Amino acid sequence: MRGADYIIKRTAFALITVFVAITLNFVLFRALPGDTIANLSKVPGATPQLRAELTEEFGLDQSKWQQYWIYLGQLAHLNLGVSFSSTEPVTSEVGRAVVNTVPMVLLGTVFSVVFGTITGVLAAWKRRTLLDHGSVSLALIFYSLPTHWLGLMLLLLTAGILPRGGRTDEFLFNPTFTEHMIDIGKHMLLPSLTLGLVLYGQYTLVTRSAMLETLGEDFILTARAKGMRDRTIVRRHAFRNAMLPIITLVALSFGYIVAGSILIETVFSWPGVGLLVSRSVQRRDWPVLQGAFLVLTISVVFFNYVADLLYFKLDPRITT
Amino acid sequence: MSTALESEPGVVAETSERRLRTAVWRLMKDRPSAVVGAIVLGLIVLLAIFAPLVAPHGIHDKIGPPFGRPADFKPLGLDDGGTDVLSLLIWGARISLIVGFAATLVAMLIGGTVGILAGYYGGSTDTVLMRITDYFLAIPDVPLMIVVAAIWGPSLSHIILVIGMLLWTSTARIVRAQVKSVRERVYVKRARALGAGDARIVFRHVLPQVAPLLVANTVLTIAVAIFDETALAFLGLSDPSKISWGKMIKNATESAAVSYGAWWAIVPPGVCVAIVILACTLIGSAMEDSLNPRLRVAHLAARGFRIGTEG
Repeated sequence: MRGADYIIKRTAFALITVFVAITLNFVLFRALPGDTIANLSKVPGATPQLRAELTEEFGLDQSKWQQYWIYLGQLAHLNLGVSFSSTEPVTSEVGRAVVNTVPMVLLGTVFSVVFGTITGVLAAWKRRTLLDHGSVSLALIFYSLPTHWLGLMLLLLTAGILPRGGRTDEFLFNPTFTEHMIDIGKHMLLPSLTLGLVLYGQYTLVTRSAMLETLGEDFILTARAKGMRDRTIVRRHAFRNAMLPIITLVALSFGYIVAGSILIETVFSWPGVGLLVSRSVQRRDWPVLQGAFLVLTISVVFFNYVADLLYFKLDPRITT
Repeated sequence: MSTALESEPGVVAETSERRLRTAVWRLMKDRPSAVVGAIVLGLIVLLAIFAPLVAPHGIHDKIGPPFGRPADFKPLGLDDGGTDVLSLLIWGARISLIVGFAATLVAMLIGGTVGILAGYYGGSTDTVLMRITDYFLAIPDVPLMIVVAAIWGPSLSHIILVIGMLLWTSTARIVRAQVKSVRERVYVKRARALGAGDARIVFRHVLPQVAPLLVANTVLTIAVAIFDETALAFLGLSDPSKISWGKMIKNATESAAVSYGAWWAIVPPGVCVAIVILACTLIGSAMEDSLNPRLRVAHLAARGFRIGTEG
């Protein structure tokens, strides 16, 4: 089969990276000196019983090496200890946050991919026209704005029109399902828009330069020489080839999306993984920070892996 | 024989210097935006250096009520502590730029060393170093920065180290690729045949060839480092005793400048960060473009059939 090697290699790399991340997680939080960070059982205000249970569960009285193995075992059972601030299991807190983050991030990303690609292609096609200069300048500006600051600006501009933060309006009395959804949508609009705008700049620039690079290829010249219409060349020859770098960069920007979501969720108090990260940093809630970090890292590695496979599927030239 | 050896490096140095000068000249002609970026960045650096002379007030001087309006208090109003926003901006530029430049320096040192070692020695050194780079590249920077900064505790040097230690990967890759191709060129082989040692070849022949790309990469990294500082400050992970642009945004948010409508406390620091990032991006990408000849040709362009060699 074509490129079985490639798939095996990429899969192995993804798996090892996840393993590296898991180990890093242990080293950073538990193996570095400093007892408050290292000790999962030091839950503030916990009963002695809970402490004893945690010490037992994670083998906190044993050597670091043994603790590492126990940590891996507990992780396989999705056990990451309990939150310092709510004494709830970390896994359930993180799980709930993921469910909230996904739709917000998805909406923003789709927005930026669609609009970013369209403007990028147009800008490259109409190179050196007003349209090109205008969209490049706009993209550069959005690209340069600090994410959380852009969110704050949107808050300043929409003060009184859209909700300022959170996921639902707590004073909405007994809402029907549609009302509830509209409420969530209203709260989601600004966070998603912020993410969308920040990414929009990046995707426009990436698409434009990928398109420019493709438009410089000789087969474009050939297509022109054959008398093909510009629009057909752009659609059929240029864009399809430019898609490869675009897809990789969109997937690689997933790390950027994650970073953005931490800042954006903090600005808008959107109860997702990002807010969990910033709250647990403020409260020194190490177990939750550990869990959130792991989720973010693994999802980034996963999307990079998906991008690799997609790239492989789209580009028949890859054989190894 | 020995005279040839003596004269060769001189010749190389002169031509590369002249080439650099023409490259800079071309850049200025073709890319006015990069020149604007460089001037703006230079001005901000000057403001930061001469902050004690330029800033109208100190960062702890309370000169009026909290959130005093710009109309009442000179150009930009007051922040939540009644401090002059313009002075804060000028003093804040210092810390933001120090973090940006110092973190980039750390990143360049790590990335440059890794890239040169991997590219020059090849073989198992290359494999091991690039594997490590790949893992660093695959793990998202910002969450890792947040985690490490949170564990280490907030201080200026920690922030610089954390950012620098996580930004070197792209540099390492770029440098490695460049070193690999330079290493195989005839003049490098010739130098080796003449008995030049590894260090001499790297510093004399390889590094000057890699330098332009490295500089472009450095400028782009400064932008990322300043962004990262702003992000870390926003999460409360910056040095509590130092005021930076990121810290100003954080302070304004915490003191509810948004609900108060005190835009003057929150808009200026963000604009400053954006301007610096924009300036660095313009300079860096213009340099990268001029080093990548593939972008100079477009067979399909709205104006003219073929654009030729202009950038």
